[in-house]
Amino acid sequence: MTDMVNIQQISGSVRFRRRFLRTVYHVFMLAVGFVMIYPLLWLVSSSFKPSGDIFTTASSLIPKTWTFEHYTVGWKGFGNYTFTTYFANSLMIAGISAIGMIFSSALVAFGFARIRFRGRQFWFVLMLITMMLPGQVMMIPRFVLFNNMGWVGTYLPMIAPSFFGSGFNIFLIMQFIRGIPRDMDEAATIDGCSWYAIFGRIILPLIVPSLVTVGVLTFMGSWEDFMGALLYLNKPSMYTVAYALKMFNDSSMSDYGATFAMSALSLIPILTIFFFFQKNLVEGISTQGLKG
Amino acid sequence: MQKANRAPRTLGSVLNRSGVAGYVFILPFIIGLIVFTVVPFFTSLYLAFTEYNVLSPAKWIGLDNFRRMFFEDRLFWTSFKVTFKFAMIQVPIKLAVSLGVALLLARTTRLTGLYRAVFYIPSLMGGSVAIALLWKQIFAYNGVFNQILGAIGLPSGTRWLGDPRTALGTLISLGVWQFGSSMLIFLAAIKNIPESYHEAAIVDGAGPVKRFFSITLPMLTPILFFNLVNQVIGAFQAFNSSYLITGGAPLNTTLYYGVHLYNRAFKHYEMGYGSAMAWFMLLIIAFFTALIFRSSSAWVYYESEGR
Repeated sequence: MTDMVNIQQISGSVRFRRRFLRTVYHVFMLAVGFVMIYPLLWLVSSSFKPSGDIFTTASSLIPKTWTFEHYTVGWKGFGNYTFTTYFANSLMIAGISAIGMIFSSALVAFGFARIRFRGRQFWFVLMLITMMLPGQVMMIPRFVLFNNMGWVGTYLPMIAPSFFGSGFNIFLIMQFIRGIPRDMDEAATIDGCSWYAIFGRIILPLIVPSLVTVGVLTFMGSWEDFMGALLYLNKPSMYTVAYALKMFNDSSMSDYGATFAMSALSLIPILTIFFFFQKNLVEGISTQGLKG
Repeated sequence: MQKANRAPRTLGSVLNRSGVAGYVFILPFIIGLIVFTVVPFFTSLYLAFTEYNVLSPAKWIGLDNFRRMFFEDRLFWTSFKVTFKFAMIQVPIKLAVSLGVALLLARTTRLTGLYRAVFYIPSLMGGSVAIALLWKQIFAYNGVFNQILGAIGLPSGTRWLGDPRTALGTLISLGVWQFGSSMLIFLAAIKNIPESYHEAAIVDGAGPVKRFFSITLPMLTPILFFNLVNQVIGAFQAFNSSYLITGGAPLNTTLYYGVHLYNRAFKHYEMGYGSAMAWFMLLIIAFFTALIFRSSSAWVYYESEGR
């Protein structure tokens, strides 16, 4: 009898301890999570505060008085162009880059993953090596190259490279293709399908999820690209959102509210992508680790 | 395949041979590699030994750029030291935080999805101009960070971005804030560790700490290795945060190597000198990567080797 009571007491205290630890865990995670997300909340909240309140009530996340003025003022941009122009430019560049990257990387990935040809190993190793090459080593010679081609001042330097695939994206799609049983290709070959038909009719429809991942990653990279715009764009009519934000901030040093409002808007596409394609992003990032 | 070989040599059948089709498919990559990587790579090597301002043809000056770099340009060494310090502080902190949080997220609860999203979102936007401008305001003298410090009774008069002692640390905080993607890579690896290993260890009486050091950590070393290499390469190339937030100030304590390189090459149009700097950076990165690779046999555990 006494033994039974003891066991009950012990299991009761174990359960209590577990519940206590679980509560501590969640409190801790929520606190860290709040700190992590705080800068973003502060950005959004500040963008709705009247200019005079932004720094005087900085530690309060809920505006005392709400104003949409920063959005209307900010949107007017600077010079003769509004943020409509900048958003349209960025959308176009990021969209075209994503499409180019999807098709070129899919083609190359299929070639490497499915076809046995002489030199395959050589090119594949070369691809892995270039993945390690620091981008800044390429910055000057690429600028010189594009300058000689007369491409400086156009969007081509920011778009064209995406049409030739990139190591990481090719690798990501290859991983996906490797998961598709080869029986399908073989059956298709026996039926007289060419490699091109196998790619277009069998593989392509099956690898759509990985293509979405590549598209989404490329779009985001291009959307946030500051360096490309800094090096290659010289007319305000061509600025991207990222670059326009920097110039806008420089030109309206004291109007923080408007900068905050435009900053918040510039992050909306990223957040939207996150909410709709979270699974693809997480998979894409996790695959990175498989490279090693 | 056999069928294609026996067929008459039409263009279609030639194109369908494996040896040909393979190259047709990887053609975009080969062209891109030559035009955007191989040619620039060697151009850059050549330019490093020249004086070149884009307008007039490059002039061969031998090792002058390197002599100037090592013996005359004080900012070269300043930026080198800043970048080195930045990498040495940011990489370990970021790795530790991402590994720690990944461990905390390994056990699935109802809120895990929310936590993961909240920790991951900053790494998606951390590199953007918007966040750089935001960081500048958060850590301004009258910014929200100082106000919160003041509210909880801590000294709140630091000029985080204006004081040479704190400016670099403030930029590092922005880098660490973006730990989300390496956290996800760790998390995927933790989930890949077979449950049975832990069960066996529990049967043998191993506690959580013992299990972490004997199972989890060894199993994670390949990923730790991967993240380490990636982050070191990334840290040496940092540009945006310094360029956008501090511009290298105060007293050049946040002048990253990449920013100094950019200033020389694109503000002063010293493309030859910039190329020499770029090559030195490549060698430094290669050196550290090689160092990590060489050391890896001592601490990276590959299961297939069955040690």
